[in-house]
Amino acid sequence: MSAPTVLTHPIARFVARRVLYSLIVLVGVTVVVFALVHLVPGDPVRIALGTRYSPEAYETLRSASGLDRPIVTQFFGYVGSALTGDLGVSFRNGDPVTVTLMERLPATLSLGLAGIVIALAIALPAGTYSALREGRLSDAIVRVTSQFGVSVPDFWMGILLIALFSTTLGWLPTSGYRPLFSDPGGWLRHIILPALTVGVVAAAIMTRYVRAAVLEVAAMSYVRTARSKGLPPRVVTFRHTVRNALVPILTITGIQLATLLGGVIVVEVVFAWPGLGRLVYNSVAARDYPVIQGAVLLIAVLFLAINLLVDVLYAVVDPRIRLA
Amino acid sequence: MTTTETTRVSSWRLLARNPVTAISAAVLLAVVVVAVFANLIAPHGINDVDVPDALQPPSGGHWFGTDELGRDVLSRVLVATQASMRIAVVSVAFAVVVGVTVGVLAGYRGGWLDTVLMRVVDVMFAFPVLLLALAVVAILGPGVTTTILAIGIVYTPIFARVARASTLGVRTEPYVAVSRAMGTPEHVILRRHILPNIAGPLIVQTSLSLAFAILSEAALSFLGLGIQPPQPSLGRMIFDSQGFVTMAWWMAVFPGAAIVVIVLAFNLLGDGLRDVLDPKQRTIAEARRAQR
Amino acid sequence: MTVLAVQDLGVRIGARTIVEGVSFEVAREQTVGIVGESGSGKTMTVLAATGLLDAPGARVSGTSTLGGDEPVQLVGARPAVLRGVHGSRIGFVFQDPGTSLNPLLTLERQITESLETHRRVTRREAQARALELLDAVGIPDPQTRLHAYPHQLSGGQRQRVMIAIALACDPELVIADEPTTALDVTTQAQIIELVHTLQRDFGTAVVWISHDLGVIGQVADEVAVLRDGTVVEQAPILDVFDHPRQEYTRDLLAARPVLDVAGPHPISDAEPLLDVDGLDVSFTVSTPVGRSTVHAVKDVSFAIRRGTTLGLVGESGSGKSTVAAALTGLVTPDRGSATLAGADILGVKRSEVRALRRRIGLVFQDPFSSLNPRSRVQTSIAEPLGVHKLVDGTAAQRTRVAELLEMVGLPADFAQRYPHELSGGQRQRVSIARALAAEPDLLILDEATASLDVSVQARVLDLLARLQDELGLAYLLIGHDLAVIRRLSHDVLVMRDGAVVEHRPAEELFAAPEHDYTRALLAAVPPVRPRAAT
Repeated sequence: MSAPTVLTHPIARFVARRVLYSLIVLVGVTVVVFALVHLVPGDPVRIALGTRYSPEAYETLRSASGLDRPIVTQFFGYVGSALTGDLGVSFRNGDPVTVTLMERLPATLSLGLAGIVIALAIALPAGTYSALREGRLSDAIVRVTSQFGVSVPDFWMGILLIALFSTTLGWLPTSGYRPLFSDPGGWLRHIILPALTVGVVAAAIMTRYVRAAVLEVAAMSYVRTARSKGLPPRVVTFRHTVRNALVPILTITGIQLATLLGGVIVVEVVFAWPGLGRLVYNSVAARDYPVIQGAVLLIAVLFLAINLLVDVLYAVVDPRIRLA
Repeated sequence: MTTTETTRVSSWRLLARNPVTAISAAVLLAVVVVAVFANLIAPHGINDVDVPDALQPPSGGHWFGTDELGRDVLSRVLVATQASMRIAVVSVAFAVVVGVTVGVLAGYRGGWLDTVLMRVVDVMFAFPVLLLALAVVAILGPGVTTTILAIGIVYTPIFARVARASTLGVRTEPYVAVSRAMGTPEHVILRRHILPNIAGPLIVQTSLSLAFAILSEAALSFLGLGIQPPQPSLGRMIFDSQGFVTMAWWMAVFPGAAIVVIVLAFNLLGDGLRDVLDPKQRTIAEARRAQR
Repeated sequence: MTVLAVQDLGVRIGARTIVEGVSFEVAREQTVGIVGESGSGKTMTVLAATGLLDAPGARVSGTSTLGGDEPVQLVGARPAVLRGVHGSRIGFVFQDPGTSLNPLLTLERQITESLETHRRVTRREAQARALELLDAVGIPDPQTRLHAYPHQLSGGQRQRVMIAIALACDPELVIADEPTTALDVTTQAQIIELVHTLQRDFGTAVVWISHDLGVIGQVADEVAVLRDGTVVEQAPILDVFDHPRQEYTRDLLAARPVLDVAGPHPISDAEPLLDVDGLDVSFTVSTPVGRSTVHAVKDVSFAIRRGTTLGLVGESGSGKSTVAAALTGLVTPDRGSATLAGADILGVKRSEVRALRRRIGLVFQDPFSSLNPRSRVQTSIAEPLGVHKLVDGTAAQRTRVAELLEMVGLPADFAQRYPHELSGGQRQRVSIARALAAEPDLLILDEATASLDVSVQARVLDLLARLQDELGLAYLLIGHDLAVIRRLSHDVLVMRDGAVVEHRPAEELFAAPEHDYTRALLAAVPPVRPRAAT
């Protein structure tokens, strides 16, 4: 047998395939993002300038954005610059897009992560409990509650929460953001409501998946084998049922986190949260195409990266992949 | 291996047995009727401004109260519901037609067609739903048509994936293999064997997508990018209520509740349909496999 | 000494009575076989008797006493009591080795779990015992295997591990529920041997459940025949086999395809119909870690004469189904040729394909998925009539379908039924009718009776024999069950790992097999006479 190299290791091969796949999708994403500007009916520069239009401003902005060059050149120019971190400049205020994105990223990340933590804290116990009590009243209660959670618009919940906790009770601020490291107390007070809004809806979605995963595992023959060994119920539940369900749950968590990053747009608007979502919203309203492109690209890249990370973790955790 | 004999009860009877599903279907029917006849049912005009009567709580004359301009909330909710339902139905119909065609072709033909089509679908999946919708709005400008197009485009990939996964499942069944072996033409196989047997999961997905379409439309309208004023929309009504929630809770609660009722009904109906129509329940494993 | 005494056991779920009035006893070093077809309640009985039943709304009546020094009443016992018994005094071996082991735990962990729960042992002692057990059940290189995961073992090895787990705490009783049903015939023979040896060494009592009387004959000292939840006949094994008292038992015995029965009449003057030369098929499978190539069929050649049957025998993975797929155009071979009455069926052009497809009919194994669940029987059977334009008009179609139904022994009004309204055997008959509709020269039957109950299988085999006589059909009979092959085949081809092992007239092959593998296959088939008779 030939000496095993890095490439023959099953995890390495698995990861390589997934990276390759992600890259292909990334290329597609870039093409779509690039095409955004060029699909606009009419002249994007003129639209963006709106009332500030003047022939000089038009020409300046047009050549600064490179829109006067042939399409293919533009595309490769865009990709080339993007790889070096240059995503163009804003139509609105001329700031470099990359800088603006990086300024806004931490706020969105904290909101997303806080949301997913809340979601997991609710969904894991609720979904597991519901699955193990399948068919009984407690299961029905969890299922109905999660159905409600999925049906509630997040912006509505946000507004109601503000009305209750900020305006009426005055416990928490209505909007704004404090960075974690400079003002932890403030950070917490400001992030609770938006994170709850994001987290509760995500929890409702994830509870259903957790429940389905645990049910699927509980029906597996190896759970019956575990019972037939006379193992204490807690061991059967945790070592055999829940632990095996964690593998698919991990996947769903990753997908959910990635989806959250795009879903926080509305919540950020409601809470005036200075993150990427609100930036996208403002840019769409102002037709600030370079910023829109940059933000969409960044979020899509994050999405792909998180999914890739989840897949790699999956490969490491599941011996069927690790030792194929 | 020995067989286990099963007898299947008629699908419709099973559906009727489940009270939750039956109630959801009834609720949806009521919503559809209300939506269709909204203009006739509405007691007041949607833009009857009556400032002295502004911010009135629910009463005999105004069941849902009035907003900051004295407009009747009930009438606006009814007409807004009509608009939302219309948008949801048209956009999901678009998504179904395009998505299922793409998915069935990819799943049945396989090969390079499958790879290319699915890569395109994967690219679309890389964008979170609202983000993609916003991008479409950014290109085409706000409005109802854009909203329909945006939601339709955004929900096409999920139908493509469901259709493809179901088609692949049916395609490997022995009865399809027998048909192919005997030389049955492809269009007969698609019509007689594939389509009827993938209908189940697709119907389920349609119900669920309708639910999300209502939510997406509400979000876009909330952001001012969907249905444009003065046409009322549930999302925009909630947006307008922001300054007044504590003094006029009805301005926020009723439009929101309308959304919840409709979306909940679609979701419950979809779940109920799934129990009956989708033989392999949607589980994590299925969701993963559908991703590949 | 009685290990388990079951008295008047009954199981009711809701208003339905699943099991009623079952009694049996198992003594040390003795095996009781419980045999029955699907739906007979055999698994329910044993799960109820051992307190492992977990169906909601189930009510168990009667008594089940685990004997020995500390007798325990298992029916209605408290969960804590049952947990103390399961795994330590009763061990379980279930049917599906593929899914009965936790994929995320090492083999060692799965064995030491019960030891840690029931016995006061240290980690080291538990490990040593696990090693001992793996060795005792015949796992090669047990030291390394301790840290392996289930997916790294074959089906037979996984079942051995299940046995090791069942024996971990040295139980008085082992329940084996269809433990060899999902295994190859050669592996099955090995597992049966293993259980015998272990039983002798440890003195364990065994309750063995199976639908296969042949297997029961090899393992049991006493037999209880179950039907619709009640015991139909119960006696020592030799009595049941030699002097069955009940008609149902007699039917079960008679329905077994046995190797000693005569095959079909030899046909000497038939001309060749299908000629396959050098067939070679490979395909790629994608796994999460990459693509790998499977060389499924390696240079296979054979001929089938008109009106005769070629039995294509092989265990799973032998490539036999791929041969059928290549002949019907579902898979493209890399090399080789095949002609049907002189016409080339592999290299044929699209326009001529349809005429050729007519001449080969196809019947698959699974009655549930062989018919479109959304089409009526009429539509399914009439499909080839429409494709090949064999009859004109709906009325003529309906007549022809009625004829075909009659040919396969089904009433004409079945045409309006949907598949879910038919039993497994009836569905297979419909599949046969559909295959016959195009009036083919050759019928390919891929494990066509493997999923049917034994009694139903016998009737379908009779039908196939009759159709061959009446219509002069040639059959390519693919299967793993040698007794079924024997019943219908004039010639036999044995395959293993994609290659031809032996290819001879049936009489010669069964009387004097030349190749070791064929010999092993034949030896692994449970003989007609029970083991106790030898």
